Amino acid sequence: MIKVNNLSKIYNGYRVLNIEHLEIQKGESFGLVGNNGAGKTTFFSLLLDLIQPSTGNIVSNGIEIHTSEKWKTFTNAFLDESFLIGYLTPDEYFNFIGELRGLSKEETLAFVKPFQVFFNDEILGGKKYIRDLSKGNQKKVGIAATFIGNPEVVILDEPFANLDPTTQIRLKNLLKEIADRKQITMLISSHDLQHTIEVSNRIVALEKGKIVKDLITNENTMAELEALFSI
Amino acid sequence: MNKLLFYLRKKAFFRSQLFVTNLILTIVVGIYAVMFAAFLLIFGFGTYFIFEEEGMNPLQEINRYMIYFFGADLMLRYMFQKFNTNNIRSLLLTNIPKTKIVKNILGRSVFSVFNLFGLLYILPLIGTLFFNLEITLPLILWSVSILLFLYFNNYLNLLLNKIDIFFYVIFGIAIVAGIAQYYEWITITDYTYSFYNAFYEYPFLIAVLAIVLGGMIYLAYKNYLANLYLDKGLEAKQNEVQNINLSWLDKYGTTGTFLKLDIKMLLRNKRSKSTMWMSFFFIFYGLLFFTNIVPMYNNPVMHMFASIFVTGGFIFNFGNYIPSWDSSYYPFMMTQKITYNDYLKSKWWLMVISTCVCVVLALFYLSFGLDIYLMILAGAIFNIGVNTHLVMLSGAFVKTPIDLGTNKNLMGDKNAFNIKSILLALPKMLLPMFLYGIGVFIKDATLGYILVSLAGIIGFAFRNYIFSQIEKVYKKEKYSTIAAYKRSI
Repeated sequence: MIKVNNLSKIYNGYRVLNIEHLEIQKGESFGLVGNNGAGKTTFFSLLLDLIQPSTGNIVSNGIEIHTSEKWKTFTNAFLDESFLIGYLTPDEYFNFIGELRGLSKEETLAFVKPFQVFFNDEILGGKKYIRDLSKGNQKKVGIAATFIGNPEVVILDEPFANLDPTTQIRLKNLLKEIADRKQITMLISSHDLQHTIEVSNRIVALEKGKIVKDLITNENTMAELEALFSI
Repeated sequence: MNKLLFYLRKKAFFRSQLFVTNLILTIVVGIYAVMFAAFLLIFGFGTYFIFEEEGMNPLQEINRYMIYFFGADLMLRYMFQKFNTNNIRSLLLTNIPKTKIVKNILGRSVFSVFNLFGLLYILPLIGTLFFNLEITLPLILWSVSILLFLYFNNYLNLLLNKIDIFFYVIFGIAIVAGIAQYYEWITITDYTYSFYNAFYEYPFLIAVLAIVLGGMIYLAYKNYLANLYLDKGLEAKQNEVQNINLSWLDKYGTTGTFLKLDIKMLLRNKRSKSTMWMSFFFIFYGLLFFTNIVPMYNNPVMHMFASIFVTGGFIFNFGNYIPSWDSSYYPFMMTQKITYNDYLKSKWWLMVISTCVCVVLALFYLSFGLDIYLMILAGAIFNIGVNTHLVMLSGAFVKTPIDLGTNKNLMGDKNAFNIKSILLALPKMLLPMFLYGIGVFIKDATLGYILVSLAGIIGFAFRNYIFSQIEKVYKKEKYSTIAAYKRSI
């Protein structure tokens, strides 16, 4: 599904990301872990063509991301609050995305429905603008929106951060379900090793822009990752 | 302690990521300030002699018109004098006592540029009075009263700055009073004259004024101290959701989707609302030119210049900042399945609709003659055909993020310092003046109108080609735009 070749990003002569080769299979749920500055967000920004690679390229579904824009039809992402439109209500925001994908209001709502378990009254049918929601509720809106319109690739940066414990657990279960269906290629980055292991069937650890571990998750993964990060 | 607070402000200025633009902005604002100051000084010195020459009693007339000075002063303060509470948050946890922080805010406002401007007018005014009249105790006390009134405005604004309704009420009263005076229904100044004159006739009133001012300062102090909490005065204001039914736009496909978004953006954000007000006021800009208010403006070529602005206010105020309006969620837009064509088209339609609305609202210019209105029509066609495209093109080079929640940067448009957008700004006004001039030179005004309209129609005809060229620029600028919007102001 996604192929990374010789990808690197250089800022002021400093190589912040350098991935020689990486392949992510269709339906894989791919967890990306690493310390601050390891290059996680840089990698995701490259995947979304928000920044230009210094060398190499990424091919998603046969489409080279930097040269064609067709990947936008099957990719959804939520990286940070710059993916939300503050002056809309959550409903309006969902509908905006739905309309861009040619969906009716009802169809859009159907995609968001599974996430209702962790929405509180403020979100669906709420009378508040997104900019007035708490950070946690904003995040819920952003994450739910990425599943609108049957995307093939979903990219989530730090989805568990800022969420309350109940929501973290519910979100984890939802993502696990989605991962088990193996229809959506999911890329998730997180500082939380435990959560990431639970929702991913493959984990890649980045350090200073390089892949230092590439594991298929099993019962030993946690121990291995802890060993890696506990230096 | 004040030194420390000053140090923080200094660092905030020098270390801003937009330091260079801020610096240039400060210099340009400085130049304007000097010009304005000079104007106030001259006016302050001149007021006495203007009234004297007319054979009136200067002191009496000054008392009569003082209300206009203080009214304008209050209005300007409301609009532009901001009390920045952003950097206060971080001070709350330091061991600077809250009383000190509040005193700093209140104290700092004494030296605000608005008070300095006020003094620049009032001091020479008082000076000329002292020079020309007999210096008596009542005159001295009256002068001090006037100075106190200036500071009264300062603290009144400090107290009421957050209450919008107050502004609209005062603004409304001022307009009604102005009109009533102009048509001589009621002379409001007769009443205000007695008010200010009382401070000359009964100088002891100054004590009352001083007490009121003191009370006001104390009230402001108490009020600020009580509101120095995150959930009170420092909280961002939350608004009720306004529901607008825009489903009639559904049938226009993706362009409709964007139009709905843009209309909500315009109606729900402070900054965009100010822009719409500004655009509305531009309709009346022509009055300066078509009447004899400024004689040197009253000639055909300058009329053409004004005509462009009458219908183009929104194009200039809104269009120049495309795509910065969407800066806070630009990365999101760039990952959605949208083409620049759809995106730009909705903005273009907004500008076209606004121009058409202005054409209707400008019907009152017919009272200046059909020629003037035809000129405005030709200007509108030029705006739609040429200027909409030019502003979108220059917008692509403007990479200043817009904070929709504040009125900041409204007057100081930082884009003015982008060479490319300056170059693109010139033809917006000069080209129609030039075309009109040629028309008049060859034959007559009618040919001028035709030439200006023709340019608009040609621009309109090549719309798709121009759009695709603008798209190319947007694509090329995409990455640097995303990076620039990530920076804070």
